[in-house]
Amino acid sequence: MIEITNIRKVFNSGKPNEFVALDGVSLSVDGRGITALKGPSGSGKTTLLSILGCMARPTSGRVTVSGTEVTSLPEKFLNEIRQKTFGFIFQQFHLLKGITALENVMLPAYPSGEKHSALKQRAMHLFELFGLVPKALSRIEWLSGGEAQRVAIARALINNPSVIVADEPTAHLDSKLSCEFMEIVSRLKSEGKTVIIASHDPLVFESSVVDRVVAMRDGKLVDPGAQP
Amino acid sequence: MRLLNKQTNILDFTLSSLLRRKGKNLSLIVVYSFVVFLVTSVVFFTHSLKREAMLTLQGSPEIIVQRVVAGRHELIPIGYMDAVQQIRGVQSVKPRLWGYYYDPTTGANYTVVVSDDLETSPGAVALGRGVARTMGSYEGTVPFQAHDGSFVYLTIKGILGSESELVSSDLILMNEADFRRLFNYPTGQATDLVLSVRNPKEFTTIAAKIVKDLPDTRPILKDEILRTYDAVFDWRGGLVVVVLSGAILAFVILAWDKATGLSAEERREIGILKATGWATSDVLLMKFWEGAVVSISSFCLGVLGAYAHIFFGSFILFAPALKGWSVLYPEFALTPFLSPFHVASIFFLTVVPYTVATIVPSWRAATIDPDAVMRA
Amino acid sequence: MLGRNSHRFLLLLAINVFLLAMMFVHASVRQREDAAVLERMRQLVRHHGLTDLCLFTDARYTRNPSMADFNTPFQDYPLSLEHFPSGSLLGIPPHLRSRGRTVANGGLRSQP
Repeated sequence: MIEITNIRKVFNSGKPNEFVALDGVSLSVDGRGITALKGPSGSGKTTLLSILGCMARPTSGRVTVSGTEVTSLPEKFLNEIRQKTFGFIFQQFHLLKGITALENVMLPAYPSGEKHSALKQRAMHLFELFGLVPKALSRIEWLSGGEAQRVAIARALINNPSVIVADEPTAHLDSKLSCEFMEIVSRLKSEGKTVIIASHDPLVFESSVVDRVVAMRDGKLVDPGAQP
Repeated sequence: MRLLNKQTNILDFTLSSLLRRKGKNLSLIVVYSFVVFLVTSVVFFTHSLKREAMLTLQGSPEIIVQRVVAGRHELIPIGYMDAVQQIRGVQSVKPRLWGYYYDPTTGANYTVVVSDDLETSPGAVALGRGVARTMGSYEGTVPFQAHDGSFVYLTIKGILGSESELVSSDLILMNEADFRRLFNYPTGQATDLVLSVRNPKEFTTIAAKIVKDLPDTRPILKDEILRTYDAVFDWRGGLVVVVLSGAILAFVILAWDKATGLSAEERREIGILKATGWATSDVLLMKFWEGAVVSISSFCLGVLGAYAHIFFGSFILFAPALKGWSVLYPEFALTPFLSPFHVASIFFLTVVPYTVATIVPSWRAATIDPDAVMRA
Repeated sequence: MLGRNSHRFLLLLAINVFLLAMMFVHASVRQREDAAVLERMRQLVRHHGLTDLCLFTDARYTRNPSMADFNTPFQDYPLSLEHFPSGSLLGIPPHLRSRGRTVANGGLRSQP
């Protein structure tokens, strides 16, 4: 599904604060399954995640998505692939304040020019799935942590992507909500979606629903040979 | 169809976004509309007034000959008519008698004109409606103070129509004998001479001849009379400069908020949009709509308000400026003469700079790498 | 139908555009209606030999700007400040700016 070869990512190249986030990482993520990236903060999990999700380009190396090489694609095409293939759940949720949950969820699909009513229907279906229908027209500020998390997941799913990417999704959640999250992720897996989660929370990477765990440290994979 | 849907979708979000700060954006539109309203009011008023002047003053004399002594307009000897009459192309010459009468009781200035209509009615006057209004008399006799302090009583024969107030409001039409008695106007002298010339192409040649033959005179052509009203509300005139400067200043203040870049909050939101799949062009489109919604709304409100103000509301806001120190002020309604060019220019000036001021500062933020949002 | 903000806005916009169009229509209707009145005013002007609009009756040169002599707007002295507020509204008549000069008032006779 997603294959990265010899990825290197350097920030502030040439400047005194030059920082190598990823140093020669090669990884192959198969479709239909949950992959967890584990490692302490600063290990490069987030950077790897953004490269896997076509959010950022590597300084060197190759990225292939479903057979298509994307490393050298112009922004417009890369953007299109990202839009169609990936859905992101951020650590901070990053929902827009002041507008309704419904609009937040529909927002990523606005530029596609899809008919508003069809889009709204899809969004409401997702709200039903997550039990959020009564909160659909509430402003984000009025939602609880768990509700906001579910809205964030719904938003990631609005364009029906095949890959869900989540960055430290349980960082701000208690155990109960974290378990709920893993349940939702498991449901997504059963629908045939690929999920990649970066987390240093054992509740995540030790969960039974996770198919594969990739350990990282200091911008490199730990024990690359031993990856299942 | 897809493109249309995309526009309405993005417009939806833009409006939600604007409504989030309802108070701020509403007052923005109100102030901007007011600026447009003021400037458009001035444009509509001056354009209509100039057109009415052009149309009505088409009836003014072709050439007027004035005598100038030491730089001032002086009485002209009627004998000058002979010299003028001889110039080829001049159809007829008539002396004109007119002047000003200051009424100490009201403080008003009236324009007194000798009219042939009253040739057979000595002791009678016809008053412009403004005169009657100021004096408070629509019939009976009116006292006029003559040059020697004595009083002359003249009977009101008629009042000029209200529809012509723009040209006749302050007129007092009088018999020649009464005029000369009132002002001690010497016989054999007139205020100026009025020429009738058939061929418009000959105006300047005739004028040149007049100046040559009568060097102490100054001919005034009808064309010049008409162009005088081009100078009305000239943009170089004091009051108009003040209004325009105020408008420009207000606009700068309004646009300043936009032009000095985005707040951290706005930048963050653009980052989120990009991270969730919006392309740079989509973000800029949203910013375009943001600018367009505010400026187009202001344009519509301002222009419609200006039209209502000038043509239904009798330009009530300009009345104090127009009245100045006049005691007598004509009551008239302007006929609307609209120039599509003016309206289009106002549209362009209202919408384009503001929309650009909204889009350009967002450029940088719009090109942000969505990756940066991940790390925020 | 009107649930969406964009639809509401576009409707308002459509109403405004309609009103703007009506503005032009109203103007041309009024022009036609007033044509007769303006004609009568023109006749009045012709009949009495009038030369100016009765807009500002505070001073001679604001009441009859086309008839004003060259120096009046300056109140006989070029640096004399404006006496009447209306003077700031009414600019100097173009013909005074360029060809007011004749031998009589001290200037060289210029081309008319």
